[in-house]
Amino acid sequence: MTEVVATNETILVVGGGISGMTAAIEAAECGKDVVLVEKSPALGGRVSQLYKYFPKLCHPTCGLEINLRRLKALSKRLRVITMAEVEKISGESGNYKAIIKIAPRYVNDNCTACGACGDAVEAEIDNPFNYNMNKHKAAYLPFNMAYPQQYVIDSSIIGTADADKAKAACKFDAVDLDMKEETLELSVGAIIWATGWKPYDAAKIQPYGYDRYANVITSVEFERMMDRFGPTGGKLLRPSDGKEAKNIAFIQCAGSRDRNHLAHCSRICCMASLKQATYISEQYGEDAEDASATIYYIDIRAIDRFEDFYKMVREKKNVSFIKSKVANIIENADNGNPVLHGVDTEGYQRYANEHDLVVLAIGMEPGADITAVTDSVHIDSSGFIQVHVDNGGIFGAGCASNALDVNRSVQNSTASALHAIQVINKVSGAEA
Amino acid sequence: MADEKKLAAYICKGCGLGDRLDTSQLATIAEREGKCKIVREHEFLCNADGVATIRNDIENEGVTHVAICACSRRSKVEAFNFDDVAMSRANLREGVIWSQPDTDERRETTQEMADDYVRMACAEVGSLSKPSVNPNHGSNKRILVVGGGISGLTSAIECANTGYEVLLVEKTGALGGWAAKLYKKVPDVEPYTAPVDTGIAELIEKANGDSKITIYLNSTLSRTSGSPGQFSVDISTESGSTQTENIGAIIQASGSEVFDANKLGHLGYGKSADVIDQAQLEELAKAANGGPIKRPSDGKEVSSVAFVQCAGQRNSDDENMLAYCSGHCCNTSIKQAMYFKDANPDVDTNIIYTDLRTPGNGEDFYRSAQEKGVTFTKGFVKEVSVNGSLNVNFKDVILDEETAMEAELVVLATGQVANSGLDIEEVPQDEAGKWQSNSESVLNLVYRQGKDIPHLSHGFNDSHFICFPYESRRTGIYPCGPVRRPMDISQAIEDATGAAMKAIQAVENAELGRGAHPRSGDLSFPEFRKEGCTQCKRCTVECPFGAIDEDDSGYPVFNESRCRRCGTCMGACPVRVISFENYSVNSVGAQLKAVEIPDEFEEKPRVLVLACENDAYPALDMAGMNRFDYNAWMRVVPVRCLGSISMSWITDSINNGYDAVLLMGCKHGDQYQCHFVKGSELANQRMSKIGDTLQTLNLEPERVQVHEIAITDIERIPQIFNETAEMIEKIGLSPFKF
Repeated sequence: MTEVVATNETILVVGGGISGMTAAIEAAECGKDVVLVEKSPALGGRVSQLYKYFPKLCHPTCGLEINLRRLKALSKRLRVITMAEVEKISGESGNYKAIIKIAPRYVNDNCTACGACGDAVEAEIDNPFNYNMNKHKAAYLPFNMAYPQQYVIDSSIIGTADADKAKAACKFDAVDLDMKEETLELSVGAIIWATGWKPYDAAKIQPYGYDRYANVITSVEFERMMDRFGPTGGKLLRPSDGKEAKNIAFIQCAGSRDRNHLAHCSRICCMASLKQATYISEQYGEDAEDASATIYYIDIRAIDRFEDFYKMVREKKNVSFIKSKVANIIENADNGNPVLHGVDTEGYQRYANEHDLVVLAIGMEPGADITAVTDSVHIDSSGFIQVHVDNGGIFGAGCASNALDVNRSVQNSTASALHAIQVINKVSGAEA
Repeated sequence: MADEKKLAAYICKGCGLGDRLDTSQLATIAEREGKCKIVREHEFLCNADGVATIRNDIENEGVTHVAICACSRRSKVEAFNFDDVAMSRANLREGVIWSQPDTDERRETTQEMADDYVRMACAEVGSLSKPSVNPNHGSNKRILVVGGGISGLTSAIECANTGYEVLLVEKTGALGGWAAKLYKKVPDVEPYTAPVDTGIAELIEKANGDSKITIYLNSTLSRTSGSPGQFSVDISTESGSTQTENIGAIIQASGSEVFDANKLGHLGYGKSADVIDQAQLEELAKAANGGPIKRPSDGKEVSSVAFVQCAGQRNSDDENMLAYCSGHCCNTSIKQAMYFKDANPDVDTNIIYTDLRTPGNGEDFYRSAQEKGVTFTKGFVKEVSVNGSLNVNFKDVILDEETAMEAELVVLATGQVANSGLDIEEVPQDEAGKWQSNSESVLNLVYRQGKDIPHLSHGFNDSHFICFPYESRRTGIYPCGPVRRPMDISQAIEDATGAAMKAIQAVENAELGRGAHPRSGDLSFPEFRKEGCTQCKRCTVECPFGAIDEDDSGYPVFNESRCRRCGTCMGACPVRVISFENYSVNSVGAQLKAVEIPDEFEEKPRVLVLACENDAYPALDMAGMNRFDYNAWMRVVPVRCLGSISMSWITDSINNGYDAVLLMGCKHGDQYQCHFVKGSELANQRMSKIGDTLQTLNLEPERVQVHEIAITDIERIPQIFNETAEMIEKIGLSPFKF
């Protein structure tokens, strides 16, 4: 059984991406008790799936390493529960009950991540860390920096010979095939809801043919291609034939700023495409004449000092910009190339441009619906948590509260940590 | 604490260690060479029984120093968590058996690696002490907020709501700042259809009525000294009186100024009273209070208005202009266009822009403006001509033609200029004992490195780190609002709340004597042996966080609570008088000396690798996890930062017969990735001089190399290792083997 001590002076943080980790760590470093629950088997969230950040082009795993080190040092007051989802929240500020369902990992804390079970198992399953673009073993460590550093046995092989092989291979009695789903009821004083975002369903943007054309992919998928441990081993290989993609189009506002899809602007996509345009020079060299990025945009929203980054990318020889909302994409049946049709609004020229690969700068929508677990929280028409006095001791953090970039998400979740602490201090009557 | 030192080593046989290594040999080494009084082998050290064994030895056998010879220091941290002893970790798993192929041919060199790592862990732990809390820490928990605008007010109220006392210092005679000058603000909750009340009056009322908040108007800081938990500030009023207060942390919410539109003569500013900036339009809107807005020149009701976006902004070619985008101005112009439309839908409102930047729900607000009939034109404005009427001349990029628009009023969307005080990189610093207050400074810090927080870019003093927006370069001082980065009101409110969180955390940790981010919780602090100091000032100049001052005779004065524990001072010190209880010149020196250097006839080179603990070291662990094997001559020591590397480690390695030394740290330069800001860069500078030293010893300069390594260089590090081995093969072993 999972044993967790929580009281109405405990803060529950839901979601273990960078926003949830930040809120949990900041509060715990302030001396508060925190329980952090994460749906997937490891912390890190969507940020851990990014190859680089804009505008510094540094690696998100560097910050993840710092956050994990902080979190490990706080183990006495910050309890992490993975594979856990909140089912129901009841009560009021300073006195909530949260029902949490924990899925079986089939691996216990004895696991040393030695990898023997992974070697023993034969079955392979889709790899969600790579947006299912490849497969991995059904006994697996989710990614290199996964925390907890423990394997997971996928429920699909439970009851099969593969599962028994995994158990037999483990020398440390860490494989427990009898593990069952558990339900926990926690008393907590305040709740930070940091369930992040998910990419808008690209197939719904029918004219772009994401579900019909192999060489139309999303920005999150493109990001995984750059990772040495990603589905293409760090190369920009297009899905249809595995050839290197060199003439790449980026379509901005794919799903965003569109009342048929997401009414809001997703904020990150312009900078994400500018960043991804630099991947092309990184792969093929600054002077490669046959490699180029074309960005189809409505407005380039590179606010504040991001302008410096926009300028740097604009000056690259191999990046060009077309002000246009692409009307539709038709595949060239001979070579699998997507052909983009539309009107360049600067001068009103029609175009039909053929590219090797199209990357949809996909919009952001809330990762989870909080109204399914409590009816006391206000959300806006996009599903983001809106600041409201009725929310009581429940606070949105990061992309659960709006379409935000990483920096803004961290800022937002640091603020939410303080709001949660205010509730806890009221409960405990603490004064400075 | 008892002076009796009792070392114990625990050797794990799990995860294949027992199969691949002769662990009894490791035990013998720990006992004989490592001077461990207790040495135990265990089948599975991180399980409950293994941990209990160690715990029992600490409690009942008087063990004070523990060497865990098992997996990486990054693994099983929660299990091996013994905070009452000094501890080291020998990385036998990721660093040895996982990075060395399991072949007969490599068995001997693999065992040698493990032998050395055990020697190193014992030598390291023997030179450490369990950190004791810095006695020189303060426990003042009052928060000082500089600036009484919407950011400062928010910070003050949030701190007070959390139970902390606040001193709020405002330069002018009134609270409210920029927000108080606005007629209305852009909405930050649904519906995004019309401008809304700024809420500033309620904030001011709240701050005034809160017994935890003390407000100082017409006041500035004339002197700030001390460190988190024990700052002292002189608050001076215009009239010349000064009051000294003690506080624990500082929130700098000094805001921004409006760009000087007088520089925009080509846009008609200064030539016609009817060419104004956004701030002036707010004044007109306030005066109109929902009625028709009248133009300044003759008081006529405006029937057509043109907004020129990016006026004096996004221009890096002219140094008088702003290179950046101020972020809020598109939404602000939309809001201002609505002032006209909401009062009278017949007013012509045109916004001329290049990129309309309304991220997030700004898009809804933009859409509402379109529905109200506000016109948006994509174009580059060249000039505004003033000949009786106002003509905005611009290139319409949609129609691809030069054109003009006549308007009765032209509003220039100028940007925000940070009110961040002095650029300390540019201003000469005061000599010790000759400190003078400067009226241009916001904080007037009595810090060796200058009076304000270093600027990041364009005069804003933001953090450089995407994951850590509050990682400021002055511990316990947190900038927020538009002084940190250009921003709108809703972001500033959020930012001010986040900064309040960090300030509260800073005072709580200062009271416990703990380090701040990124080594948060570290109880060690720099200790300094004054007798040996030569007053060279390198530590005071090079500390990336301005933590070290100088006394009148030029000796360093360590402000431990300002320290981030990076060890850059330790690396800077030529006479090795600075150390930490859990990290010192000795603790690394002992490790490199513990390695057994084979004599030259054995033809087994040894390479010392000093690896940044945050990036290069994890990358090496991950190389092991992926079984990317690498050269067996390497002996890796994690360091806090390359900045902490003492030159003596390099010379000792050479003298001890190492064939090469590799330094692996983070990227430096403008886009530096070093979380200790300058550590990696400083190491690079310091090592650039080592080549000469090597040559005087008749050694090849390539024996000491600095590499920039990212945490993702999981395959590249093994390559560098192999190239280093090939290089040694080419130039030969070190002649300094004895």
